[in-house]
Amino acid sequence: MTDITNAPAVPRKATSTELVAASLKRRRRKQIRLQWIGLGAISIAFLMLFILVASLVSTGWQAFTQTHVTLEVYVDPEEVPEDRLPRGGFRDVLGASMGQMLPDVDMSARETARAVEGILSNGAQFELRDRVVADPSLIGQTFTMTVPVSDPYDQLNKGLIERETEEVNRRVKDNEIAWFDTLADSGAISKPFNWGLFTNADSRFPELAGLKGALVGSFWALLTCFLISFPLAIGAAIYLEEFAPKNKLSDFIEVNINNLAAVPSVVFGLLALAVFIGWFGMPRSAPFVGGLTLALMTMPTIIIATRAALKAVPPSIREAALGLGASKQQVVFQHVLPLAMPGILTGTIIGLAQALGETAPLLLIGMNAFITSAASSPFDSSTALPTQIFIWADSPERGFVSRTSAAILVLLGFLVTMNAIAIYFRQKFERKW
Amino acid sequence: MNNMRKIERDVKMTDTKITARSVNVHYGDTHAIKDVDVNIADKTVTAFIGPSGCGKSTFLRCLNRMNDTIDICRVTGEIKIDDKDINHKSVDPVQLRAQVGMVFQKPNPFPKSIYDNIAYGPRIHGLSKSKSELDEIVERALRRGAIWDEVKDRLDQPGTGLSGGQQQRLCIARAVATEPEVLLMDEPCSALDPIATAQVEELIDELRQDYSVVIVTHSMQQAARVSQKTAFFHLGNLVEFNDTGEIFTNPSDPRTESYITGRIG
Ligand SMILES: Nc1ncnc2c1ncn2[C@@H]1O[C@H](COP(=O)(O)OP(=O)(O)OP(=O)(O)O)[C@@H](O)[C@H]1O
Ligand SMILES: [Mg+2]
Repeated sequence: MTDITNAPAVPRKATSTELVAASLKRRRRKQIRLQWIGLGAISIAFLMLFILVASLVSTGWQAFTQTHVTLEVYVDPEEVPEDRLPRGGFRDVLGASMGQMLPDVDMSARETARAVEGILSNGAQFELRDRVVADPSLIGQTFTMTVPVSDPYDQLNKGLIERETEEVNRRVKDNEIAWFDTLADSGAISKPFNWGLFTNADSRFPELAGLKGALVGSFWALLTCFLISFPLAIGAAIYLEEFAPKNKLSDFIEVNINNLAAVPSVVFGLLALAVFIGWFGMPRSAPFVGGLTLALMTMPTIIIATRAALKAVPPSIREAALGLGASKQQVVFQHVLPLAMPGILTGTIIGLAQALGETAPLLLIGMNAFITSAASSPFDSSTALPTQIFIWADSPERGFVSRTSAAILVLLGFLVTMNAIAIYFRQKFERKW
Repeated sequence: MNNMRKIERDVKMTDTKITARSVNVHYGDTHAIKDVDVNIADKTVTAFIGPSGCGKSTFLRCLNRMNDTIDICRVTGEIKIDDKDINHKSVDPVQLRAQVGMVFQKPNPFPKSIYDNIAYGPRIHGLSKSKSELDEIVERALRRGAIWDEVKDRLDQPGTGLSGGQQQRLCIARAVATEPEVLLMDEPCSALDPIATAQVEELIDELRQDYSVVIVTHSMQQAARVSQKTAFFHLGNLVEFNDTGEIFTNPSDPRTESYITGRIG
C-alpha cells in the first residue's frame, strides 16, 4: 500500500469536466475572434457605403436648389407685336427689365447689354414667350416673373465660384459680380428647391437640365421590361417546375437559364443592337427596345426566383389538393402559385431594380442621345436614368458636376425604394408551414 | 337484436368494393409492394397494419393513384373499384380521387380559412348550387370531423392556425366534404390526443354506414377497435388478411403473431 503513495506521481488523467473546461476556453477565444472579424467586415462595408453616399451628397446637394431672379417684366408691344407673337423680341424685353433693376449700368453698349442679359438663363425668354402666347392680354402689361439665372451665376451664388480667385481665372468677372450683388441686395435673388431637376428634360444649359426625360424613359423601359419578362418568365418557370418532364432536355434548359443570368449585360446590348435594331428595324434610342433588352436580362432572374418560390411550397399542400381531386392545373394555379407569389414578386422587384440601374445595353442601343423632350410613348427617342448620368458625367460644364451626383442620388433613391418594397413583401408574407 | 345485426353486417361485408390483383410497386429499384392480392369490402373498415416501411402507405396510395404523382414510382397489376379498372387509361385520376378521398399521415390543411379548406373540394366538383347549400355542406363535414364546436365561431380564420390534432380533424372533415365512396386514412390519429382519437374512431365507425374505409394504423388497439377486416403487411408482402377478430386472436402466420405480440416491428 505504501508503494502506491510513494510511487513517482503518474500524471493523473484529466477528468472530462476539466477537458471540457479547457476546450471551452479555446472555443470561446475562437468565437470572439470570429465575431471581431465579422464586425470588421461589416464596418468596412458600411464605411465604403458611407463614403459613397457622403461624397454624392456633398457634391449633389447643391443641385437640389437653383438660383432664381425675380423680375418686373413690361411686355413692350413694340418688341412683341401681337400678329407675330411667338417670334417677338422676348430676350430684349427681359434685357430691358434687367436694365431697370441695374440702373447704374449703361445698357446702350451692345456688349454690356448682352452681358447683363446673360445673367438670366437662356431658357428665361422661352418661359416668357410661353406665358405670353398662352395669355396675349399680357402684352402691354407689367408683371413679375421668377426665372432661373444662368449657370455661372448659380455657381457664384452657391459659392462654387470663389470670389477670391483672380479675375482672369474666374468665369464671372468683377463687374458681373457687382451686378449680381446689386440684384441680391435689392432682394431679387432667391434659391428655391430645384423642381426643374424633375420637371425639365435634358438641356445644354445646366440650369435648365432636368431628369424628366430620363425618368420617363426609364419608366417606359421598365414597364416594357416588366410586361414582357414577368408573364414570360412565370410561364416558363411554371412549365419547367411543374409540368415539364424531367429529362436531359429539361436539365439542359435549366443549365442554360442559369448561364443566361450570368451573361454580361453588354452582350445583351450587342444582341439587341443586332437583332431588334438591325434585323427588325426597330427605332434606335427607344425605351421600348431598351425594355426588350432589359427583359432578356431580367427573365432569367425572375425564372430562377419563381422556380425557387414554387419549390419552396411544401409537397403536402400539393398532395392535399390532388387528394381532393384537384387537377394538376388547379393545384398549380389555386394553391401553389398563390403561395409562391410573394417570393415571385420579391424576385421580380429585385430583377427590375437591377434593370433600372443597367447602363451598358442601353448605351449600345443609343439611349444616350441628347434629347430635350420627354418621350410621350415608348417608341420615342429617350434617355434613361443611368444613361443620363453617363451623359452628364461626360459634360464639360461645371453645373453638370453637381447634377450628376444629384441624378445618382435619385437613381439610388429608386433602387433603395424598390429593394425596400421587396424586403417588405418577403417579411409580410413570410410563411411558417 | 344482436343476432340480426350480425347477419346484416355479414351480408353487407360480402359486397366487394375494391379488388387488387398481383399489385407490384417499385420506387426506382426499391420493390415496395410485392404481388399483393386483396378484396376490400364495401361499408367496412379495413385496417392495414405492419412494421414501419413495409409498404402500407404505398399500397394505400395505389388505391387513389396518388403514386402517379411520384416520378420514380411504377405500379403494375390490376386494381378495380366497383369492377372498374382504375388504372385504365379511360379513368381520369382527378375523378377517381373525388370518388376515393384521402387523409394523410401529416395534417396538411391549406393555408386558407377553415371554411375554404372544407369548401374547396365541393367547389371544384360543383357539389353545391348556392352559398347556403355550401354552408350546409361545410357544417355537416365539420360536424362529422368532430371539430364543429371548436371552430364554428372562427370559420374565417386560417386552418393552419389550429393545433395539430384540430388540423388533422379538419383534414378528415375536408376529405368527407366531397362525399367520397372510399375513404383512405393514413395514420389519421398519430397526431391526436386520446379524446380526439376516440372522436375520430367514432367518426370512422359512423362513416362505415356509407363508405368503405381503409385505415393505416400503428396502434393494434385501434385496429381492433375500429376495423372489421385487418391486413398485415411485412416487407412489401401482404402476409395475412382476415377478419380483425381472427387476426388478433388466432393469427395463422407466425410473422403476424410475432408482430402482434410485439416481437417484430
Ligand atoms: N417517395 C418515395 N421514393 C422512394 N422510396 C419510397 C418513397 N415512398 C416510400 N418509399 C419506400 O417504399 C417503402 C414503403 O414505404 P411506405 O411509406 O409505404 O411505408 P409505410 O408502411 O407506410 O411506413 P410507415 O408506417 O413508417 O409510414 C419504404 O422502403 C420506403 O423507403
Ligand atoms: Mg406510412
